[in-house]
Amino acid sequence: MKRTRLLSRLWEFQNKYGYIPNNAISEIAQKLRVSKIEIEGVISFYHFFHRKPTGKYIIYLNNSIISEFNGFADIKAAFEKETGCTFNSYDNNPLFSLFETSCIGLSDQEPAALINFYPFTHLTPEKVKSIIEKLRNYEAIESIANNPTCKIQYTPTEEKTIFFRNYTIGNSLKKIKPNNQNKLLANIEKAKLEGRGGAFFSTAAKWNACKASKNTKKYIICNADEGEPGTFKDKALLNNYPGLVIEGMIIAAFITGSKNGFIYLRAEYKYLLKKLENTINEFTEKGFLGKNILGIDAFNFKIKIELGAGAYVCGAETALIESLEGFRGEPRIRKYFPTENGYLGHSTVVNNVETFAMASRIIELGPNFINTIGTKQSKGTKIISIAGDVAKPGIYEIEWGTSIQQLLHLSQATAPHYIQISGPSGECINNSEFHRKICEEDLICGGSIMVFNKFRSIIQILENFTKFFKIESCGACTPCRAGNQILHEKILKIKRGICTSKDLEEIKQWGKIMQYSSRCGLGQYAANTLMMAVDKFNDYFNLKVETCTDNCNVEFDMQNAVYDYDLIINTQANNLQ
Amino acid sequence: MENISFKLDGRTCTAEKGTNLIEAAKQNGIFIPTLCHFKHLNPLGSCRVCTVNLNGRPVAGCTISLQEGMDIEVNTTELLDTRKAILEMMFVEGNHFCPSCEKSGDCQMQNLGYETGIRFTRYPHLFVDRLVDARPERIVVNQNRCIKCKRCIEEVKTNDGFSVFSFTQRGNSTKVSVDYEQEAKLSEIEAERAMQICPTGSILVKGKTFSKPFGNRQFDLGPEGKQFSLDKIKKHKTTNKKKRIATTSLAGCFGCHMSMLDIDLGLLDLLEVVEFNKSPITDIKNFTEHCDIGLIEGGCCNTHNIEVLREFRKHCDILVSVGECAIWGGLPAIRNTVPLEECLREAYLESMTSEEGATIIPNHEDIPKILNKVYSNHEVVKIDYHIPGCPPNANHIWNVVKHILFEEEYSIAYPEFKYD
Ligand SMILES: Cc1cc2nc3c(=O)[nH]c(=O)nc-3n(C[C@H](O)[C@H](O)[C@H](O)COP(=O)(O)O)c2cc1C
Ligand code: SF4
Ligand code: SF4
Repeated sequence: MKRTRLLSRLWEFQNKYGYIPNNAISEIAQKLRVSKIEIEGVISFYHFFHRKPTGKYIIYLNNSIISEFNGFADIKAAFEKETGCTFNSYDNNPLFSLFETSCIGLSDQEPAALINFYPFTHLTPEKVKSIIEKLRNYEAIESIANNPTCKIQYTPTEEKTIFFRNYTIGNSLKKIKPNNQNKLLANIEKAKLEGRGGAFFSTAAKWNACKASKNTKKYIICNADEGEPGTFKDKALLNNYPGLVIEGMIIAAFITGSKNGFIYLRAEYKYLLKKLENTINEFTEKGFLGKNILGIDAFNFKIKIELGAGAYVCGAETALIESLEGFRGEPRIRKYFPTENGYLGHSTVVNNVETFAMASRIIELGPNFINTIGTKQSKGTKIISIAGDVAKPGIYEIEWGTSIQQLLHLSQATAPHYIQISGPSGECINNSEFHRKICEEDLICGGSIMVFNKFRSIIQILENFTKFFKIESCGACTPCRAGNQILHEKILKIKRGICTSKDLEEIKQWGKIMQYSSRCGLGQYAANTLMMAVDKFNDYFNLKVETCTDNCNVEFDMQNAVYDYDLIINTQANNLQ
Repeated sequence: MENISFKLDGRTCTAEKGTNLIEAAKQNGIFIPTLCHFKHLNPLGSCRVCTVNLNGRPVAGCTISLQEGMDIEVNTTELLDTRKAILEMMFVEGNHFCPSCEKSGDCQMQNLGYETGIRFTRYPHLFVDRLVDARPERIVVNQNRCIKCKRCIEEVKTNDGFSVFSFTQRGNSTKVSVDYEQEAKLSEIEAERAMQICPTGSILVKGKTFSKPFGNRQFDLGPEGKQFSLDKIKKHKTTNKKKRIATTSLAGCFGCHMSMLDIDLGLLDLLEVVEFNKSPITDIKNFTEHCDIGLIEGGCCNTHNIEVLREFRKHCDILVSVGECAIWGGLPAIRNTVPLEECLREAYLESMTSEEGATIIPNHEDIPKILNKVYSNHEVVKIDYHIPGCPPNANHIWNVVKHILFEEEYSIAYPEFKYD
C-alpha cells in the first residue's frame, strides 16, 4: 500500500465500521511501515474519522454563524431530544451519533445537517422529529434527503453571462488543437485570470512556472475543498457544470504537460461524487480524458477524485498536498512554490474550481470577449454566494465592478448592517462602505458575502469566527494555535461586559502579531475581521466597553470569580437540609 | 562552494550559498533566537520565534537558505517585540511552573524568556488541563510544558526507523503523543537524548530527573553569590520625610518576604532612607499613611486577597508585583486547571489527610470566599512593575525598589533574572 492511499483507506474503514478500530490502525501501520501513533496522528487530524464506534447514522449539524442565527440551538436540542444522544460524544447508541461541524456549504438553506453525508436543509424541530422517525422506520436515507441544489438567483444579461451560459461538452477543448501551448497560455494571460480561491495569484504565471519546470512529473489539482464558512459557489459549479471545471483541468494539463490530475473534494460534498465520476467517465468515453486526448499524440491525462475528511486548513494548497500524500494537513513552510516542489516533490498546479471553469470559458469564448466585461483590473464575471439576512440567498454571477449596494438590492437584504466579505478570513464592512465595488481596484471578494441585519449581535458573529479558527488551525505554529485561543478568551471577556477600550486595543495589537508571524494564511488572516470590526463598528463596541485612559481601573469581575464557590456552598447547604 | 553576500540589519555579510540563515547569522556574530530549529533537521518553521524580515516580508529565519543579495532584518523594534510576544504565547498556552520543573535553568524556552526580558505576559494565562503521560516505558511526557516545536517528532526514531512521537488532534487540542510500542524499543541513552533535544521540560527520563541535580543549569552561569551593593543608598538620606513602603503577602508562601529580609545588615542602611508602613515586617495591620510604594507578594485566590490588593492600590502611589505568584498566579495557580469543586473536595473531603467521614467543605461568612481560580494581580488592579523570580533574590528586589524610589538607572544583570 502506498502512503498516498492512506486517506481513502481510512475512509473505507470509517464507512465499513463507523469508526477506525485498533486492528485497522495496526494493519495500516504495518503495511506502511510506520508507527501506529503516526496513523493516529492522521486520523485525529480529520474530524470525520472516528476512533470510537458511532451509530448507523452519523449526523453532522452545521454550527456556522448563519446556522446560529437561523435556529441552530433549537435544532441541536431537537436532535438530542429525538435521538436521546448528546452532541460531540460517543454514547454507544446503535442508531445515531451527533456531531457539530463547520460550514457545510449550505448557507442558503440553514439550518442544515449532513446525515451520512446526505444533505438535510431548512431544518425545523418538527422536521428533525420526522426525519428521525423515518430513519427509525428504516426508510431509505436517499429518499428523505433534500436536494442540495442552490438557487442561481442572478446572472448578468445573457450576453455578459460567462459561467452560467449554455454549456456543451467539449466546446473549449475544441480550441486546443488549432492552438499550441503558448497561444493558449497567452489567452489566459490576456484575460488576466487570477486565482478564484481567494489569493488572486495570476493563473498564467502559475501554469507557466509548471510548464517551465524540468520536473519529470507534473500534477494538476483542483481545489474543491471550499471550506470558508458562508461560501458555496464552487459547489454550484460542480453541481451545475462539472464538465466546465474538468475542461479547465484538461487545458491546464495540455499547457503544462501534466499526465495526472486530482480533484480534492471536501467530504461535505460527497453527494456530488457520483456526478463528478459520471462526468469523468463521459469525458473518457468521448476521448477527452485518457490516452491521446482529442487525437493529439501523447496527450495523456487522467483525473482521480480524492475525498477530504473534514479539515478547513486542507483548502490551503500545501496542506491539501500533504493531505493527498496521506499526512496531517499541515501547510508546508513557504520555501518552495508547489509548481517547483509539490505533490510527492513534483511540479504541481493547484487551482480553485472556479479558476478552472473560468479558464475553459476564456479558451472557449476568447480573451477579447472576456475583456469587454468587468473592470480595468478584473476581467469577466465572478460567482458570489450570498447568505444571511436576505430574502434571496443563493448564487449570483456578477460582473466585476458591481457594488455592494446593488447586491443588497438584488438579494433583497433587510436592514443590512454588518457585511462579511470572503468569509471569516476576509473582511467586514459597515454601511458607510456599501457603495464599494467588488473588483481588484476596490473590494476584492473570494466568493462569499454574508449579510447581517442591525438586530444581529456582532460579538456573536466574531465569537463564532474565532471559535472556528481555534479548532480549524492545524496546530503546527504558535501564533495561530495559541493566538486564536487567546483572542477567544478576549471575546468571552467582552461578552461578560468587563472590557475596557484597552482590551480592544489589545485585540488589534495581538492580531497584528498573528498576522505578522503565522506560518500560513489561516493564522495570518484569522484575526483580520476581529481587528477591523473593532474600528468599523466602534459605536457598537463603545456601548460594550468602558473608555480607558492611561490610569484607568482594571475591571475585575468579582461576581464571576465567586460564582463557583457560592454554588458549591449553597448546594452543600441545600443537601444538608 | 560559492560564497555570496547578504545584508544582516544593514551590515554586509558573507556566507556559503544556501547556508541556513540561523547558522550564517551566528557565524557573523548575530544571535537569532530559535526553539524548533535543530542542527541538521529540515527546517520546521513551527515555533516562529526566529521570525525575521526577508526583503521586507516576515519569514521564519530557520527556513531561509541564503542567496545572493538577500536583505535581512533581525533586530528591529517590531521583530524584537514579535519574538517576545510569541514566547509569551508559549508561556500562557502551556502551564509552565518553572519553580517545580526539573528542567528549570536548563530550559531553552526559559532562557529565551530571560533573553527577551519577559517579566510578565501581556496575555492572560489559559490554564488548560493537560496530560502528564507516564505510561511510556522510559520517559514521561508532560504536556503542560510542551510547546509543540516538533523536534522530538522529527528526531526521535527507533533503530529500525519508526517514529516514537507524533502530533495528534489539531487546533487548540494539538498535542504530542507517544507510541508506547516504539518507545519501549529506545535504549536508556536514546531516551536521554530525547530529553535533551526537547527545548522544554516536556520529555523526562524516568528515574533520572532527581537522581542528581538535573541538568547543569547551563543558562544560569553568572557571578555566583555576588552581592549587589546597597551601601550607597545612604546618599539618599535627606531631612525630608523618609520614603514609605508597604508590603503584603496574598496567595504566596512568604518566600518573597523571606527574600526581602535576606539583605541582612543592608536592612539597617535601608531603614535610614525608607520606613515601612503596613507590612508583616512591622506588623502594622492597617495603613496609617499614604505610601510611596507597595510590594505585593502572591496573587489573588480569595475575596480577602482582592480587598487587600484594592486597599493597597488606594494607599500606594506605585504597586509592584514581587515574585511569580503575584505576577501570574505561580504555584498556587497549579489548581487553575482543575475545577474548584474538585479542589475543595480533594482538600477537605477525599484526601488522605482529611478527617474520616468528613462531608462538609468548611465555610462561614467570616471566611473569605475562594475564587474560581487564582488571579494575577494585574488582572485585578493596575500594577506598575513586576519583579520575576520564585523568589526574586534580595538584592534584585531592593535594587528595583531603590531605582523606582530614587529614579536611578538600574538594569537587571542576566543571572539575577529568574523564574524559579
Ligand atoms: C487556510 C486556507 C484555506 C483555503 N481554502 C481554500 C479553499 O477551500 N478553496 C480554494 O480554492 N482555495 C483555498 N485556499 C487558497 C489556496 O491556498 C490556493 O491559493 C488556491 O487553491 C489556489 O488556487 P487559485 O489560484 O485558483 O485561487 C485556502 C488558503 C488558506 C490559507
Ligand atoms: S498559521 Fe495556523 S493553520 Fe497555518 S501553519 Fe500555523 S497553526 Fe497551522
Ligand atoms: S515534547 Fe518537547 S521536543 Fe517534543 S514538541 Fe513538545 S516541546 Fe518540542
